Amino acid sequence: MYIYDQYDQTIVDERVTQFREQTQRYLAGELADAEFLPLRLQNGLYIQRFAPMLRVAIPYGMVSSKQLRKLAEIARKYDKGYVHFSTRQNVQYNWPQLEQVPDILAELATVQMHAIQTSGNCIRNTTTDQFAGVAADEIVDPRPYCEIIRQWSTFHPEFAFLPRKFKIAVNAAKQDRAATLVHDIGLYLVKNEAGEIGFKVIVGGGLGRTPLIGTVIREFLPEQHLLSYLDAVLRVYNRYGRRDNKYKARIKILVKALGTELFTQKVEAEWEHIKDGATTLTQQEINRVTSHFSVPTYETLPATSQQLAQQLADDPNFNHWYQQNVNAHKVPGYSIVTFSLKPTGVAPGDVTDKQLEAAADLTDQYSFGEARVSHQQNLVLADVKQDDLYPLWQAAIQHGFATPNIGLLTDIICCPGGDFCALANAKSIPIAEAIQSRFDDLDYLHDIGELDLNISGCMNACGHHHVGHIGILGVDKKGEEFYQVQVGGNAGSDASLGKILGPSFAKEAVPGVIAKLLAVYVNQRTPEERFIDTYRRIGIKPFKEQVYAKAH
Amino acid sequence: MPKLIKNQDIIDDNYQLLETAPAADQPLPEGNLLVPLTDWLENQQRYVNHQGSVGVWLDSHEEPELLAAQIQSLPVIAVNFPQFTDGRGYSIGRLLRERFGFLGELRAIGDVLRDQLFYMARCGFNAFAIRADRCIDDALNGLKDFSETYQAAVDQPQPLFRRRQMQAE
Repeated sequence: MYIYDQYDQTIVDERVTQFREQTQRYLAGELADAEFLPLRLQNGLYIQRFAPMLRVAIPYGMVSSKQLRKLAEIARKYDKGYVHFSTRQNVQYNWPQLEQVPDILAELATVQMHAIQTSGNCIRNTTTDQFAGVAADEIVDPRPYCEIIRQWSTFHPEFAFLPRKFKIAVNAAKQDRAATLVHDIGLYLVKNEAGEIGFKVIVGGGLGRTPLIGTVIREFLPEQHLLSYLDAVLRVYNRYGRRDNKYKARIKILVKALGTELFTQKVEAEWEHIKDGATTLTQQEINRVTSHFSVPTYETLPATSQQLAQQLADDPNFNHWYQQNVNAHKVPGYSIVTFSLKPTGVAPGDVTDKQLEAAADLTDQYSFGEARVSHQQNLVLADVKQDDLYPLWQAAIQHGFATPNIGLLTDIICCPGGDFCALANAKSIPIAEAIQSRFDDLDYLHDIGELDLNISGCMNACGHHHVGHIGILGVDKKGEEFYQVQVGGNAGSDASLGKILGPSFAKEAVPGVIAKLLAVYVNQRTPEERFIDTYRRIGIKPFKEQVYAKAH
Repeated sequence: MPKLIKNQDIIDDNYQLLETAPAADQPLPEGNLLVPLTDWLENQQRYVNHQGSVGVWLDSHEEPELLAAQIQSLPVIAVNFPQFTDGRGYSIGRLLRERFGFLGELRAIGDVLRDQLFYMARCGFNAFAIRADRCIDDALNGLKDFSETYQAAVDQPQPLFRRRQMQAE
């Protein structure tokens, strides 16, 4: 993990002082609401439906056991004893007191954490693959580049007041686990024919009101030019992005308005001026940051553990969990474990202080003291010895982390919705729960197989409904909550946006609609097909007909 | 006389800002003037014989490139921040300093508040006309929010990673 040096610590500490002082001026009436707003947002502080909400950054998803314990302590001391893992590799506290936020930030700073730029019209927390560094299909570890971007974007003086929020994702594996194509800037780490590392640069993706898949503006950007190229893209956006209408202010609208070719020309022209300046990365700096993500001291182990094979044969429940929640690791004898934060009856991504502490202990015991947060709102222990999987699974059961549903229908991505969020048109958590309750038969879930079901409580699409194989969007109709259903979205490297099935449904009808969609899939699939594959082959029509068919 | 923060000091502002160009048949006001960009570009003859100094101000949507050719003749360039949330002026500041090499007074005008000053200073502004309803002494503190920064900018052309390296060598 990246460990702060004196410079990093100074910057974070000075931020705490600055925000404490800003909060005092606000409370003393010296700063108007409108003036405090962008300042507090750039520190992750929202004023929500019931209370302020504080969003804490988990840069590129990496979190240590010490940090997990601090998050637990803060949840207990300043909040109601739990935290929410969001879809942006962030953690949210739903009930802090405004007056206490500077103290919370001071506590976070003691474990090298902060809430910098987790909201507001600035460059947000950079996200990546939760399996970064351990995935077998990876070209190079993306985390050092994410940390380099984190430092560059932190208090970037030119880009603190952009037209709108700005999100960057980095992916380095064949399989895109970071929804890279639906970010303002998506970066694919690639190697060219000469074996040099660089980036494929994708701009203008995004969800929300105008969902779009990003377009490639540069096939290969040598790694040393990463930051100057980002400067160029951001400068073009800052100068020419629309500011008259917040719904048309994202970079995707600018790219669309200019056309990819002209937009690219502008970026390249800007970059020509700055490309070889002091911002050009040095190999020494890349090496320095990379050294923080050094390989843990893995043991030399056989590729497959005999003991594990026996345990899998003996215990079908363990086998179930193993099939679903454990992924292959690039080092022989090790596995990647995902703790499900989606048991039925708990808001997706919610974790109690006790659970956080238990996760911290398990992380120390089984995974070198580090965990990762996924944008699917789960927790990953990335370096577990195969021989340890059985005891880890047993402990995970005790703490509610062992629901064997990763990647399945009930592993729902879900925003906090109308229960917490001031923007929401409709609740989303009860819909997730109703679907989880209806489809609680594990055999059936496994038979259905890989399926992304995403729920958002409003057009802002925090629940990424556009890129769910099935996406659900809460809409408001004359003060009543309804749900629009989409099918065919996908967040991977073959990203696609879902299509709306038809008229929306009342809350009670949603689980039934899902059942009908699944029935079409089960009837029409070929043995190898996932739901999304069948949809892509047969189109929306059969799904539509089944769902809207009149009852006989 | 109104006050101005310049080079980390509070001084008298001895420029008069003309929001719009004076009509062609009217005499120019006396003293130092800050005139609109388009007017200055179109009617430069008019300002040649003016007794006081003449600087130019531009709005956040205007192109600093237009000043490039004659930039060194200007004593002051002011950039308007119509709202403090409009961040275009930060890019304009860097371009004026880093690309066009402007060495004179670069002044932030408009909705200029304490909590933006640190970023503005990093982008090359060395003068700040603080919004009239705010305490200029208090605003001065905004320049000292951070003692360390990551990125290269006008005030510190070497990014931290290069300075770290030099330290280590």
